[in-house]
Amino acid sequence: MSQQHADKYYVPAQSPWPIVGAVALFLIAVGAGNVVMQHHKGTDGYGGLILSLGMITLMVMLIGWFRDQINESMAGMHNAQLGQSYRQGMSWFIFSEVMFFAAFFGALFYTRMISVPWLGGASNNAMTNEVLWPTFEAMWPLTQTPSGLVTEAMGWNGLPLINTVILLISSVTLHFAHVGLEEQKRGQLMWLLGLTILLGISFLGLQVEEYVHAYTEMGLTLQSGVYGNTFFMLTGFHGLHVTLGTILLIVMFCRVLAGHFTPKNQFAFMAASWYWHFVDVVWVMLFIFVYVL
Amino acid sequence: MSSIVEQDIHADDHHHHAPGGGIKRWLYTTNHKDIGTLYLWFAFIMFLVGGSMAMVIRAELFEPGLQIVEPNFFNQMTTVHGLVMVFGAVMPAFTGLANWMVPMMIGAPDMALPRMNNWSFWILPFAFAILLASLFMEGGGPNFGWTFYAPLSTTYSNDSTALFVFSVHIMGASSIMGAINVIVTIMNMRAPGMTYMKMPLFVWTWFITAFLLIAVMPVLAGAVTMVLTDKFFGTSFFSAAGGGDPVLFQHIFWFFGHPEVYIMILPAFGIISQIVPTFARKPLFGYASMVYATASIALLSFVVWAHHMFTTGMPVAGELFFMIATMLISVPTGVKVFNWVATMWRGAMTFEMPMLFALAFIVLFTIGGFSGLMLAITPVDFQYHDTYFVVAHFHYVLVTGAIFSIFAAAYYWLPKWSGVMFDKKLANWHFWCSLVSVNVLFFPMHFVGLAGMPRRIPDYALQFADFNKWISIGGFAFGLSQLFFLALLIKACRKQGEPAAAKPWEGAEGLEWEIPSPAPYHTFETPPVIK
Repeated sequence: MSQQHADKYYVPAQSPWPIVGAVALFLIAVGAGNVVMQHHKGTDGYGGLILSLGMITLMVMLIGWFRDQINESMAGMHNAQLGQSYRQGMSWFIFSEVMFFAAFFGALFYTRMISVPWLGGASNNAMTNEVLWPTFEAMWPLTQTPSGLVTEAMGWNGLPLINTVILLISSVTLHFAHVGLEEQKRGQLMWLLGLTILLGISFLGLQVEEYVHAYTEMGLTLQSGVYGNTFFMLTGFHGLHVTLGTILLIVMFCRVLAGHFTPKNQFAFMAASWYWHFVDVVWVMLFIFVYVL
Repeated sequence: MSSIVEQDIHADDHHHHAPGGGIKRWLYTTNHKDIGTLYLWFAFIMFLVGGSMAMVIRAELFEPGLQIVEPNFFNQMTTVHGLVMVFGAVMPAFTGLANWMVPMMIGAPDMALPRMNNWSFWILPFAFAILLASLFMEGGGPNFGWTFYAPLSTTYSNDSTALFVFSVHIMGASSIMGAINVIVTIMNMRAPGMTYMKMPLFVWTWFITAFLLIAVMPVLAGAVTMVLTDKFFGTSFFSAAGGGDPVLFQHIFWFFGHPEVYIMILPAFGIISQIVPTFARKPLFGYASMVYATASIALLSFVVWAHHMFTTGMPVAGELFFMIATMLISVPTGVKVFNWVATMWRGAMTFEMPMLFALAFIVLFTIGGFSGLMLAITPVDFQYHDTYFVVAHFHYVLVTGAIFSIFAAAYYWLPKWSGVMFDKKLANWHFWCSLVSVNVLFFPMHFVGLAGMPRRIPDYALQFADFNKWISIGGFAFGLSQLFFLALLIKACRKQGEPAAAKPWEGAEGLEWEIPSPAPYHTFETPPVIK
């Protein structure tokens, strides 16, 4: 890369947004911590207020920061090298997200392959089973925990399968929206991007329905042992990422309406679409390891 | 390695954004030098805060019996001392050094993402404000050790665990953003001709460190999240009653934790590899092997985590695997120590302050490395585990390793940062007092550990009394010795001292010595050409 520099570097001007962002994260951390503690103790407090204040500050910061960024980019102040930095930065960010999910997948594999079988007496753990919970039998999905909680397992053919199809299609539509951008076909770009957003929203809607079904009819909750834990933490964090991805795509849609993006200047669109493909891949992993197997 | 053929130095800030006055300069800054300075001062303040907690610990352990603090408060001190030193002192100090030096060493005008750079710094003071404030809450702050093992951090912890979790979350966000910035700067901002294998070793080691950070900080975020839900939302990741396992916590934590300890030592290797050639007046011996050794250490760090868990319970095949993988790390580490020694071999050596700290590093870090090798041997680890031997080991690698390297780096580059030579008298007092006291402090810990004194306990058996008295005396002396450094830093910041030349060290090489001292606010606005 270093051979293709512009002969002048671009160094951005000072900005108030980073410190606003740091204050926002501070308020969010304090607020969330207090919300959790209040919830635990069953008392009232200012946690919720501080948390909302933090979220609002974060929103203001994001809007302000991105507005400055977009204005500078539209004014042609960014050079090719900066674009390259953005793309590499986004790739590394997605890699860090992969590692975040890896922690929860690791927990899933560990409980399935090691802790649950061992509690059931596998390997050299006969006495573990005998002394702790002699009636416990290892199984996966873990529909009865060692301490006796009973739940139902979520099947894969039904909503999860439909959701898989929806997300896979959305990746394809987003790809061809991008092709539309590259080939200057604004119509194709706009309607395929819109369709992707609708698919994302329907995915989220169906996931809410699945959660409601799990909580009200199946007795499968966040508290139902490691099966429920891994199920809700993995699908829940994925759902949060789909929500974020959908918001990103909506912002992109508005920017397309405003006439932004050219084949040469489209980093934000590209980053949002990389992010979308990434959550899609995570879902495929989830579908295989959480639902099917 | 590399030298400048022609370059265009902008000492003049004739156009955009020269430093504004007052507090806004520091709050809004996008300048890598300003942000580096902020990181370094923050790290030093945290070093003193964490150090005063260590003083509380050593005061309590001065004599057997409980005299000064409650056991619960003692536990909070050991916990927060560890967290502050790891996340507040060592890591931000290295990030500060990277901010200052990486752009100057590769001929870049600034970091690749300067605004995010500012964000990653300013998160830190807030994160530590939360962590330290939790000490004053009803029920006290975190008291489960910096490793926050379940069920200590779940079933048996106090409510402030929620604040601990969220402060770790935002610290992690800061580290990840900082690391992304460093790695993108190195990949994308090198001056023309600065190929990977021409990069100074400090840049190389930070490149690999940044990769480790991006890979494992999210895993830490996952670990604290599971602790949060286990404690407050009824999940049972770490509770056998629901099918989980407390040992799972240790696996996840150490999958983060072991790469983390290399995050805290690889940049140190880079610093030593910059300083030793300068004062031996010879090129670094085995540059390429240094790069490959760093990469090997980083890769191996992902497959050794369970050597922290030998006594936790694991199939024997697992214990053997982790023992052998761990011992394998001593090969690339040995390559490094060999190369430093070979660089000095028949060199024209002088012993200025950076070199003294570097030499102390090489000797004392190697002691820590060898005790690590002892701990890696599964059967003997059953004897050493959770004793002061472990405390001795990791303080040798972190204090006389990481922190001594940071001191070495500060003395090496301070003339470039401040434009004045530091006060040599204070520096000598700082070095010699630190060197003697740190060994009085940590060396006897090996013996009390081998004799069976457990770590993280506020009281101990009478036979350990004499050694502990010496350890505490060493501790207080080491703590006080740092005040020399504080005085020296204040003098340097107030520009008291003789002006420093662009290259104050005769044998130094690299782009950072081609620009004036102090380094102008903006450097390399047009890329230098590197032969």
